[in-house]
Amino acid sequence: MAINKTPRQEIPARNPEERNKDFKEVSLGFTEEQAVLEAQRCIACKKKPCCNGCPVEIDIPEFIKLVAKKDYKGAIQKIKEKNNLPAICGRVCPQETQCEALCTLIAKGQPVAIGALERFVADREAEHPGSKEPPVIKEKKDIKVAVVGAGPAGLTAAADLARYGYKVTLFESLSASGGVLRYGIPEFRLPKAILDRETEYIKSLGVEIKYNILIGRTFSIADLFKDGYKAIFLGTGAGLPYFLGIPGENLNGVYSANEFLTRVNLMHAYEFPKYKTPVKIGERVAVVGAGNTAMDCVRVAKRLGAKDAIIVYRRSEAEAPARRAELEHAKEERIEFRFLTAPIKIEGNEKGEVKSMTCLKMELGEPDASGRRRPVPIKGSEYEMPVDTVIIAVGQGPNPLIAHTTKELAVDEKSGELKIDENCMTSIKGIFAGGDITTGEGTVIAAMGAGKKAAAAIDKFLKKK
Amino acid sequence: MHKIAEKKQLADTITLMKVEAPMVVREAKPGQFVVVRLDEFAERIPLTICDADKARGTVTLIIQQLGRSTKDLCALKAGDQIRDILGPLGNPTEIEKFGTVVIIGGGVGAAELYTAAKALKEKGNKVITIIGARNKSLIILEDEFKPIADEVLITTDDGSYGIKGFVTDALKKVISEQKVDRVICCGPIPMMKAVTMTAKPHNIPAIVSLNAILLDATGMCGSCRCTIEGKTKFSCVDGPEFDGYKVDFDELMARNKRFLDEERRALEV
Ligand SMILES: Cc1cc2nc3c(=O)[nH]c(=O)nc-3n(C[C@H](O)[C@H](O)[C@H](O)COP(=O)(O)OP(=O)(O)OC[C@H]3O[C@@H](n4cnc5c(N)ncnc54)[C@H](O)[C@@H]3O)c2cc1C
Ligand SMILES: Cc1cc2nc3c(=O)[nH]c(=O)nc-3n(C[C@H](O)[C@H](O)[C@H](O)COP(=O)(O)OP(=O)(O)OC[C@H]3O[C@@H](n4cnc5c(N)ncnc54)[C@H](O)[C@@H]3O)c2cc1C
Ligand code: SF4
Repeated sequence: MAINKTPRQEIPARNPEERNKDFKEVSLGFTEEQAVLEAQRCIACKKKPCCNGCPVEIDIPEFIKLVAKKDYKGAIQKIKEKNNLPAICGRVCPQETQCEALCTLIAKGQPVAIGALERFVADREAEHPGSKEPPVIKEKKDIKVAVVGAGPAGLTAAADLARYGYKVTLFESLSASGGVLRYGIPEFRLPKAILDRETEYIKSLGVEIKYNILIGRTFSIADLFKDGYKAIFLGTGAGLPYFLGIPGENLNGVYSANEFLTRVNLMHAYEFPKYKTPVKIGERVAVVGAGNTAMDCVRVAKRLGAKDAIIVYRRSEAEAPARRAELEHAKEERIEFRFLTAPIKIEGNEKGEVKSMTCLKMELGEPDASGRRRPVPIKGSEYEMPVDTVIIAVGQGPNPLIAHTTKELAVDEKSGELKIDENCMTSIKGIFAGGDITTGEGTVIAAMGAGKKAAAAIDKFLKKK
Repeated sequence: MHKIAEKKQLADTITLMKVEAPMVVREAKPGQFVVVRLDEFAERIPLTICDADKARGTVTLIIQQLGRSTKDLCALKAGDQIRDILGPLGNPTEIEKFGTVVIIGGGVGAAELYTAAKALKEKGNKVITIIGARNKSLIILEDEFKPIADEVLITTDDGSYGIKGFVTDALKKVISEQKVDRVICCGPIPMMKAVTMTAKPHNIPAIVSLNAILLDATGMCGSCRCTIEGKTKFSCVDGPEFDGYKVDFDELMARNKRFLDEERRALEV
């Protein structure tokens, strides 16, 4: 097939000088015309390498072909065969390292904008609700399954289990669904209305969601079995914030990324005092780290009115784990970047509030275990950076609560991750797990993939019983 | 939604509520707390489970009106609904046979120790309760503690009732008269610090219940981090009770002031 010469469509975004002051969505998504043009770029190659890059194996060329034919209803159905949350994945998947990284067109220039097309198709369905097909549910069984955690892993597992015909109850400790999608990723990147919409869809499959229930405290794992649940899926995520362990981290004005983002996103602190949860933000804000979490924090800080919002990262830009699109968006929004800079201490004033952070300059040495070049301190490069807010965004570990309160659950000693076998089963028969709780911080789509795989394994397990 | 089954005014600014929360009572133990969100716009605030009625499915909360959120909560009437209640949270109080246990509550802190006192008594401990407050009108639960404690001592700062002075004065008196095996204290941070300092020279273990500023209260955010023996701990999941000897009280006092300006602003609207 001849290669289409049309360049990749640019994904439109709002003016940076305007958007860095509010929480409305930054990326605008394709127009219909753009979507069709972009879809026509796909050469529908036989080998479909892109599908190997998608953890849930959407038949990408097939859905794109339908977009090119303007059969959007067909396209969304094709996607939903594999993915229950397309409007979310189309927005937050790191496509450049997943599906798009394997696109045949890369050899000839730029890959097809798969993520943007996925988003277009999902949004289009929402805008034209008449096109919604009722979901197919296999024969209803009188068997109860419990899913713990309403993040992407739990939501996906619950949806698939409901389709297999099980009576699914989803227990969530927060007051709303989504996990990181709700409390972590800000509105300007993933509007909550979309999350609500996708949650409604999952409920429409017959999943009952019970909020404000912390498994391990409100009910123990033993209680769930006592209550007649025949299998349990744990999708409790990686919610335990890591700190740097440097002096001054408990000063007022130092937040973990989770605290900062939860105040703003889940509790709407950006609408204080209409919403009653406060968040305090200074004039100069340093965010330590350069992953998606750090980008979200720094851009939120800017939007809350910080004059200077600065990323401080001990490696260089090339090693930054954030999605490229978010890094670029951050730069456009006047975020300052200090690469090769490592904080070593935070100083406070007499009231215990942050006044500065001392940093060391770094250079890159030999590659370390992660394959990335190791940052090495430059002697005598110490300098003080005046700041009044510091946000620590250097990663998080598996939520330890269930493992702590369920002694028989086998946990990797070093990482705290739950151990599972090839059937996604933990060391306790009938308890399955997946997503960040078994891998450490990963991606939305990988967590969803894990949820799907576990749901299939649970179905197999229950059929054998 | 959780219906308020009963409401009673205990003192000027202290309200008792029995709230329907059948999920919470099933596992609730002394020393644990809930996180309450009154409505869509409200904060998540921690409140101790002062009692749990398993048959009726209600928890008893005793709330001291301090700022916006507690004011809004206390304004509710019997029959009104509370949107979210999450719990029970935190580690339960250690209930063992220690010997003589002195339970010290400052202000609303007395309420937080009520079920622990009951359980400790049932375990066969001698329980001495000290309730302290600024003045007579703020003393709560005296009549409730009397039947379960071997002794109830009251202190008021202004001497309007009981012993004039602080709870530490009463504690010193108790220690001078008999062997004390454990002190458990809940109240304002300076008070918990002072109680710890009083117990320390006598080597009496002092357990304190830290009221750090919580947010999710499930160990996810680190808002409530405190320094315990030089290490960072999350009071929601590692606590709320800690060995008083190990707590950095001064840091906690500073951290609890971190949203003072915002708290004031919230009261104005
Ligand atoms: C700020 C931030 C930005 C990110 N940006 C991206 C991005 O752009 N793209 C991307 O692909 N990935 C991103 N990630 C990573 C991605 O969000 C996670 O990998 C993914 O959410 C993991 O899904 P999960 O279902 O395993 O866990 P989570 O999303 O963490 O969900 C776990 C859920 O379980 C609940 N829970 C925990 N314990 C209990 C319990 N005991 N009882 C009941 N409920 C419980 C939690 O409240 C939560 O709702 C980001 C992460 C963060 C923190
Ligand atoms: C484990 C625990 C159990 C508690 N049990 C009780 C109880 O049984 N009865 C009771 O009256 N109070 C209890 N408290 C304290 C109560 O949560 C706070 O008084 C309340 O949150 C204050 O909110 P506000 O908006 O009314 O006051 P604000 O004006 O916002 O704050 C007044 C002061 O309360 C503290 N505070 C504010 N927000 C929080 C928060 N989210 N979490 C903790 N402290 C906060 C701060 O020190 C602050 O300076 C408990 C606190 C903890 C941590
Ligand atoms: S779900 Fe993610 S990885 Fe899969 S096709 Fe969509 S954007 Fe690509």
